Amino acid sequence: MKTHRAVRTPGGLSVRLDVRALTVVVLLLLAALTASVVLIGTGDFPISAADVLRTLVGEGDAGQEFIVTELRLPRVLVGLLVGASLGLGGALFQAISRNPLGSPDVLGLGQGATAGALTVIVLFSGTADQVAVGALVGGLVTGFAIYVLAWKRGVHGYRLVLVGIGVSAIVTAVNGYLLTKSDIVDAARAVVWMTGSLDGRDWAQVWPLLALCVVLVPLVLANSRGLRMMEMGDDVSSALGVRVERVRLVLLVSAVLLTASATAAAGPVAFVALTSPQLARRLTRSPGPNLVASLCMGAALLVTADWVSQRAFGTDQLPVGVVTGVVGGVYLLWLLVTERRAGRI
Amino acid sequence: MLVESPPEQRADDAPAPPRRRVARSLGLLVSVAILVFVMLASLAIGAKDLSLDQVWHGLFQDTGSYSDVVVADRLSRTVLGLLAGAALGLSGAVLQALTRNPLADPGLLGINAGASAAVVTAITFFGVTSLSGYVWFAFFGAAAVGALVWFLGGSRGATPVRLVLAGTAISAALYGYIQAVMILDDAALGRMRFWTVGSLSSGSASTIEQVLPFLLVGCALALLLARPLNAMAMGDDTAKALGADLNRTRALSMLAATMLCGAATAACGPIVFVGLMVPHVVRSFTGPDLRWILPYAAILSPVLLIGADVIGRIVTRPAELQVGIVTAILGGPVFILLVRRRRTAQL
Repeated sequence: MKTHRAVRTPGGLSVRLDVRALTVVVLLLLAALTASVVLIGTGDFPISAADVLRTLVGEGDAGQEFIVTELRLPRVLVGLLVGASLGLGGALFQAISRNPLGSPDVLGLGQGATAGALTVIVLFSGTADQVAVGALVGGLVTGFAIYVLAWKRGVHGYRLVLVGIGVSAIVTAVNGYLLTKSDIVDAARAVVWMTGSLDGRDWAQVWPLLALCVVLVPLVLANSRGLRMMEMGDDVSSALGVRVERVRLVLLVSAVLLTASATAAAGPVAFVALTSPQLARRLTRSPGPNLVASLCMGAALLVTADWVSQRAFGTDQLPVGVVTGVVGGVYLLWLLVTERRAGRI
Repeated sequence: MLVESPPEQRADDAPAPPRRRVARSLGLLVSVAILVFVMLASLAIGAKDLSLDQVWHGLFQDTGSYSDVVVADRLSRTVLGLLAGAALGLSGAVLQALTRNPLADPGLLGINAGASAAVVTAITFFGVTSLSGYVWFAFFGAAAVGALVWFLGGSRGATPVRLVLAGTAISAALYGYIQAVMILDDAALGRMRFWTVGSLSSGSASTIEQVLPFLLVGCALALLLARPLNAMAMGDDTAKALGADLNRTRALSMLAATMLCGAATAACGPIVFVGLMVPHVVRSFTGPDLRWILPYAAILSPVLLIGADVIGRIVTRPAELQVGIVTAILGGPVFILLVRRRRTAQL
């Protein structure tokens, strides 16, 4: 099957396009946007998809206008942005560590953010905003600590992973300790936060996330060529002219920022960062980091999971993190089974 | 390029020269001595410290005196630490070899998620509240998920990556279920938060009797797998050429790991870090030969687990800190130091 096509302009410029990957990205984007429109229409006060679209372009009635733009749109946007950040961050971490398990959850970033949030919840009984700040600080400090501890004339992927799981284990133990020491009310609040939730998110969470994505996504994509080379190993890629250590630093910092801020906004939503890149890779059937496809997959996955949780359990009964694991896990299993049946391993 | 392939093979895969073998055997003896020392410390130290005489009296001339009762109580948790530690270390080493992934821990193949899901179900829907009541549920959950991962991972055509991904996917789905139950049922949350950190204090003669057969069979099986797993470390094709039966080795490794990790988790909660860390530490001085890694892991893992349990009893006396927490807080920095200092031997 011919999957690549070269596009040549009269001026002598040419671009090599992976047709299948491009199709997958477009379809995932469509899926994410469709799910968003349906999700905006879902709730105690259902709105039809046509009305949602009409309201979004500014032609709905006042009641729908309020519900859509003030209550549901920001929540859906936070979902899209968080999903996209986690998907991209996960793809970056897995590509840099060259390990399908090397996601931010496994390397301790999620736990670091959780430790920050738990400290605020359990020790200070802080407000939601303070919890978000705590999570952001926790995530960034953990990311910095992992990088510094793994640094030894450069950061080798293997050492990064091992140091990451060491840090992760310590922080997880601290979290477990904080949970056993808290009273049951704080513990219940902490568990909801740790599951990851989109309840009550408003425009105040949208803007910082959006700004960060606008800056970081182009920066990451500009460096993705180098990342693709680095999958062949540090030596080969430096021989091919990639400044390995610089590319790795830029991408790691971006991945840490994306993951930490997404976690601060919605909590450590489980498994989006771990499964999105794997799902994207199986859909595009293309080697390489699949950054854009993972980003779209993360966004689609999170919004779909939120819709499923609202439909299955009623409005705002269970946080979205409960469902992302189930949706992502079951989908990954289904892909594994069909792949096997089709003879691809 | 899903799994990192080792960039450099160690040159000393050839049979070790006799001097190295002697050094390794001596090292094994020293490790056993350390283990005995730690076990004695575990009998003597606690909310009430005992002298070695009193420990001796309690062990061999039990007359039911106060100190004898204390020794008997500490003996069962020490034995549990010994068994669970060895089980976790062995299953971690086997799984890292089976999946050729340094991140593989005993929980990787969904075994912990299965055990946790079964325990949360037992608490919420069956009203089980005693630690010894959890054991069968946890073991059944672990075994069921281990089997499921094996079949979804492709059973006879299983490859390391597929097994890892199947385990991850099932864990993802099960943790969603666990979180949902904990959010909806405060009583389950109240119990689960203590169970999930992992503790040896559940150690009683009946718990040990329940898990002992599985642990013994699992240990024997794991130790017997050293040779075929060694062959598989060189890649599937080479292993086949060397005469290893890939499918049988994979199936038996899964079986051994599930029995060991399932039984250990059932008895003392999900303490994964021991199984993750000890094989890495051991590999840094034995090299990649599993015939040495497995015995060392089986002896040094209980040292870490029992040692952490003793320290947990000292730092917050007269209360105690759960062993899972101490293991990670102490073991984590040591692990990072080791990773930084030595050229870690690759899988």
